Amino acid sequence: MAAVSIEGVGREFPGLRGGKPTRAVEPLDLAVADTDFVAILGPSGCGKSTLLRIVAGLDQATEGRVLVGGREVTRPGADRGMVFQSYTLFPWLTVRENIGFGPRERGVPEAERRRIADRLMQQVGLTGFADHYPRMLSGGMQQRTALARALANDPAILLLDEPFGALDHQTRALMQELLLQVWEADRKTVLFVTHDIEEAVFMANRVLVMTARPGRIKKEVAVPLPHPRHWRMKTTPEFAAIEEELTEAIREESLRAAAMNV
Amino acid sequence: MSRAPVPGHRQGRSPFEPLVAITPRARVALGVAFFVCFFALWGGVTWGGLVKPLFLADPARTFAAGWRLFAEFGFIGDVAITVSRVVGGFVIAAAVAVPLGIAMGAFKPVEAFFEPFVSFARYLPASAFIPLLILWLGVDEAQKLAVIFIGAFFQIVLMIAVMIGETRRDLVEAAYTLGAGSRGIVLRVMLPYAAPQIAETLRLVLGWAWTYVIVAELIGADSGIGHMIMDSQRFLDTGQMIFGIFLIGAIGLVTDLGFRAANRLLFPWQLGR
Repeated sequence: MAAVSIEGVGREFPGLRGGKPTRAVEPLDLAVADTDFVAILGPSGCGKSTLLRIVAGLDQATEGRVLVGGREVTRPGADRGMVFQSYTLFPWLTVRENIGFGPRERGVPEAERRRIADRLMQQVGLTGFADHYPRMLSGGMQQRTALARALANDPAILLLDEPFGALDHQTRALMQELLLQVWEADRKTVLFVTHDIEEAVFMANRVLVMTARPGRIKKEVAVPLPHPRHWRMKTTPEFAAIEEELTEAIREESLRAAAMNV
Repeated sequence: MSRAPVPGHRQGRSPFEPLVAITPRARVALGVAFFVCFFALWGGVTWGGLVKPLFLADPARTFAAGWRLFAEFGFIGDVAITVSRVVGGFVIAAAVAVPLGIAMGAFKPVEAFFEPFVSFARYLPASAFIPLLILWLGVDEAQKLAVIFIGAFFQIVLMIAVMIGETRRDLVEAAYTLGAGSRGIVLRVMLPYAAPQIAETLRLVLGWAWTYVIVAELIGADSGIGHMIMDSQRFLDTGQMIFGIFLIGAIGLVTDLGFRAANRLLFPWQLGR
């Protein structure tokens, strides 16, 4: 059974002041196998984030349904951890308390939360920052904390909505390696939304290209590169070939998206 | 996240460029300097004979009057009773208004039910209720507390509802994906998010509560700072009247400093914002 199955899910936003409704996502089907790492690639505004938000339960599909572990998604839940593009750490909580937020909501006792947080801080390289408040952290550190916070509930599925989109290039490369290490260690099922082609190829086992609005899956490209992956892989001819194929597909869509926004 | 660089205190930049920081010492010195100017002006017009003592007592006479009030007329009792009225009325109003405001900010049906009436009631001037409240409750403590309650309650409710409602949506969504339920969202996301602003609102409204209590005491009371001011008018003692007003300002200033110190202790996570 697929870990996530998206069955005919579409989303239409009602028109403003009686205007025509806007279709963000054409009804689409997608099955994500257990422990798979799937990247959804598309030009901005293609509805890829909307699709992810529907899987998270933060947005409602206008048609179709999402099944996670065989159960229909109706609301957000701790079984699907999410990392957002914007910095969403709770500013009033320290790094350790942020990571412990999910377990706390589930009633995990203090000592156990501490143990979970300490382990995750070590895994994502935050040791020594336990008592820092988010405003004292760099963007990269904040996203590390956000990743650790999502992992603290030990969710079966990790939903990542351009989590490194606001980071500088170098930090971003480090975060990609970190996330790969986490996946290689824990083998979560991952749905990763990005508009960065290199990032998608480096991280994922399958890359889905979405069309410009309304979003639909245009192309699927398998990434048969072996794990564990090292950053040097980005310079290999195999990597470049996949990147080129995706660049071709996405370029068309970006041009279409640009033409629509005129 | 906005973290705009605040221009620092550097040589070569004039402090009169926008947002250029000044040293804490300069800040205190400038604040004190205004009080000095204020007293100089006051002394100038009174001792210089520009204003008759009948209308405005000079600083020395004012403080002498203040000394007499405490030494001979047991004024400390009046101060204590006024402070207890303000604090009492304010605490009762806040105790009811804060939870209601939170409920309104978080739950849209609650907001839809209360908001129109509260918006209407907010414009009812508390002082206009005083004659009515004297009829209903007499001139005792209950009437004073009621005036403050009416003046503070609706303002607090509305401002807190807005603050809670403005909780960053992405934080609420993050909490949902971490498994939080409604209770968790309200108590452990919305409330801490809005807490510093709620404290700021309470500080502001406490200032207004002072106005209401004095008005109530001017109109009908047999004790309190307002009652003293009214009494002094009968004897044309402007020194005492001014001292009374001055004292209210001084108490306000001290409470303000207390609130600020408390905020620094309670909300260490937002230092430097």
